Amino acid sequence: MAHDAGVSGSHWHVEVTDLLVTAQGPAGTPTPIVRDLSFGIARGEVLALIGESGSGKTTAGLSLLGYARPGCRIAGGCVRVGTTDVLALRRSQLADFRGANVSYIAQSAAAAFNPAQRLLSQVIEPALIHRLMPRREAEEKARELFRALALPDPVRIGERYPHQVSGGQLQRVMAAMALITDPELVVLDEPSTALDVTTQVEVLRAFKRVVRDLRTTALYISHDLAVVAQIADRIVVMHDGAAQETGTTGTILDDAQHPYTRSLLAAAAPRGVPETTDPPMPPLLEVTNLTAGYGHRRALIPVLHGVSFTIAPGRVLGVIGESGCGKSTLARVVAGLLPQASGQVLLDGQSLPARVEERTRDHLRAVQIVFQSADTALNPARRIGPILARPLRFYHGMRGITARRRVAELLDMVRLPRAVADRFPDELSGGQKQRINLARALAAEPRLLLCDEVTSALDTVVGAAVLDLLAELRRELGLAMMFISHDLSTVRAICDDIMILYAGQRVELGSRAALRQLPRHPYTDLLLSSVPQLRPGWLDEVGSVHLREASGEPSLDDGVRPCAFFRRCALRIEGVCDRATPPLRHLSKGGMILCHRDEAELSRVEACETVDLASDAPTIHGCE
Amino acid sequence: MNHDTPRGRRRARPSPVALAAGTVVVACFALAVFGPVLAPHAEGTIVSRNIFAPMSAAFPLGTDYLGRDMLSRVLYGARFTIGVALPATLLASGTGTLLGMLAAVRGRTLDAVLSRAMDTLISLPTLIFSLVVVAALGSSITVLVLTAAVIYTPGSYRIARSVAVDLSATDFVKAARARGEGGLAIMLGEILPNMVMPVLTDFGLRFVFIVLLLSSLSFLGLGIQPPYSDWGGMVRENIEGLSAGAPAVIVPAVAIAILTVSVNLLIDNLPGRGSRHRGA
Ligand SMILES: Nc1ncnc2c1ncn2[C@@H]1O[C@H](COP(=O)(O)OP(=O)(O)OP(=O)(O)O)[C@@H](O)[C@H]1O
Ligand code: SF4
Ligand SMILES: [Mg+2]
Repeated sequence: MAHDAGVSGSHWHVEVTDLLVTAQGPAGTPTPIVRDLSFGIARGEVLALIGESGSGKTTAGLSLLGYARPGCRIAGGCVRVGTTDVLALRRSQLADFRGANVSYIAQSAAAAFNPAQRLLSQVIEPALIHRLMPRREAEEKARELFRALALPDPVRIGERYPHQVSGGQLQRVMAAMALITDPELVVLDEPSTALDVTTQVEVLRAFKRVVRDLRTTALYISHDLAVVAQIADRIVVMHDGAAQETGTTGTILDDAQHPYTRSLLAAAAPRGVPETTDPPMPPLLEVTNLTAGYGHRRALIPVLHGVSFTIAPGRVLGVIGESGCGKSTLARVVAGLLPQASGQVLLDGQSLPARVEERTRDHLRAVQIVFQSADTALNPARRIGPILARPLRFYHGMRGITARRRVAELLDMVRLPRAVADRFPDELSGGQKQRINLARALAAEPRLLLCDEVTSALDTVVGAAVLDLLAELRRELGLAMMFISHDLSTVRAICDDIMILYAGQRVELGSRAALRQLPRHPYTDLLLSSVPQLRPGWLDEVGSVHLREASGEPSLDDGVRPCAFFRRCALRIEGVCDRATPPLRHLSKGGMILCHRDEAELSRVEACETVDLASDAPTIHGCE
Repeated sequence: MNHDTPRGRRRARPSPVALAAGTVVVACFALAVFGPVLAPHAEGTIVSRNIFAPMSAAFPLGTDYLGRDMLSRVLYGARFTIGVALPATLLASGTGTLLGMLAAVRGRTLDAVLSRAMDTLISLPTLIFSLVVVAALGSSITVLVLTAAVIYTPGSYRIARSVAVDLSATDFVKAARARGEGGLAIMLGEILPNMVMPVLTDFGLRFVFIVLLLSSLSFLGLGIQPPYSDWGGMVRENIEGLSAGAPAVIVPAVAIAILTVSVNLLIDNLPGRGSRHRGA
């Protein structure tokens, strides 16, 4: 497609000129949150709007629907979709226009569906409301869209309720709802951000195909350059409410001019701390054969199955796995919040009591947990100062001026202004809250930090800044960490060793370097090949992913625990993998895996079919 | 590089509604203390042969069914209405909140015992329960306060417990537990500050219920004993004047309405942070 960036003219199908959106500022004065924004989208083109949160992407996207969030106002400019001047529409006309001519796909599909209604009736609703087609025809069309979006069982999936499909499937059903009216423009707001990598690939692939086949004009809002690289024809980079740079996907990726774009690229590019090879030390934390779950002792629903690992002082262990595999559960057990069913947690070679109440204050101080969601981890009714002062008093008996001085030091440490101490948590941004969360853990002067998805709710740039901070703190304070994430590139940026969990089993454990080499556990391989790359066309190259529900295979007899990955595994051996416990194999590259296939077999098959994405310079291995 | 975007600081200022309601509430409380001093007549004396007299210069709020000065009676009555309802509500709300929080934080056994006990209490018919208690112990301010408190504690308990259960599942409470904090510190430091708003809202509601309970007790002759009367009692004793449109029945009813509505308006419009974190 040869649309020249910057050339404005009537050939744009959708055109935004000099958009100005203001919000009510603290003193009642309107402050611009989007200003001087102009861009055009040609018919059938996908334009990406990229930037971190607070940069005004969503605000700009919503203005294409003629909508401003409460407290905001579209104060100037022009928005044209097809032949419609959107900002000139009256309220009643807007209602007709939205849904029929422009539709919106939000980050969380779950919030957009009524849990009590079947999917199909919700999907066809826009078509019925706007009287675009009779019900029968709409249902037929919905099924076609389900098929195009690669949903399983497209004919009958519409009969299900929202909770009966997975998050990735629901996101695709939502796309069907958005497309049912053949809109002139679809606005997709971070539609794959909430998904796991392996799921995200499927969703992206489905979106891309539909958008291409139907020649839909789309605005794709995201903070993830790698995702955008797969799907967009052109990119507008936003920062602070204004467009910083506009260009085709290729030029933005290869030849970014604006410093902000470069910082985005740098934050998205794979990085890593220098490889450290410390002399072996006695482990700080040792976890042996840990089994844990929820429910009562009798009716325990196990989540973790026989997980073992060690963390040496000052080392960082990354824990990866998809949602629900038991990562947070592991952190909870180590922190003493959830007593294990069996297995041991040892600190300095001493067994830690299972329950937090039985641990000594020194034990507690040494292991601190930083929770997944910064929003709920800080008490909304207390100011930051007292929140940070609490552990100081609890562990170190500090109060008054000493405590206040230490709070200021802690704020310095996490690079926040000292005045933040007087604020309440909801007066801070997501990234700032996460820093406070971290500061509270650091106040204890721990030796081991359990970080549960500390950056997953943050945008790339803010998240990268928090990661840098963690890496620095680790160097300065000699902290050991267990770093939990579902995002491989994050883990790779900071961890020495990486453990991969699948359905509560430790399927692979090895150093970061070892993970980069073949052979790998088949699940690791799938995971690695699912991480979007900053390379347009990557999406078309990756092999089809086996997307099925993760499920622990039932234990057959006592002690027999077949491979949980069996149903999704391309290398499975019927009758073996689903019958017998996979053996623990130590690989020659270092590290260990849990698999029935031996090293030679794995190497052969993986080298043949995978793109080696783990290395910093991806190469495609040929088949011998 | 830190691209975080802090939101502006918002300091809450009391709204005009809160100010107005607060003024009325304070005025009512002042009446409860200074009413007898301000009243032109003693509360029991019959000052006119005219019963259910309309408003006049001599009797600004008319007279009651015995020809007593309504202004004086209303001024005296504030003492009983507020003097019984306020401590009773404080007691019910305080006990309910404390027990609810304990049940939520202290684990299953205590929760089961307390919840069972509260369910039993709530299943007792209010009036029969009061009747038995007052008949057994005699009617005094203390007995009335305690009876009303016992009757309305379970309601407060249920609200407080459900809010506290939600709060104990939050990450900031988990963080406190992981830190090794004891139950008391978690209750006071983490949970209670977030319960202020729901508890206050509940307080306003209970206050209304207790004022109404008092008037029904007076009606049955179990409340404040004649010649004294609380506002609710005055409505009941003058109810025959209703058809005549006598102020004697309307004025105390309006007084009750003003008191209860302004207490609730004040609570709903309190400035501050709690309001935005209900049930967090
Ligand atoms: N309190 C609980 N009671 C019962 N089951 C639970 C509880 N918490 C988690 N689970 C279940 O345990 C399993 C593992 O949950 P966990 O939170 O450890 O996953 P996770 O790997 O951290 O996922 P995510 O990436 O989504 O945070 C899931 O199936 C979850 O539904
Ligand atoms: S044990 Fe079998 S099913 Fe499991 S990962 Fe290995 S080859 Fe695949
Ligand atoms: Mg988790």
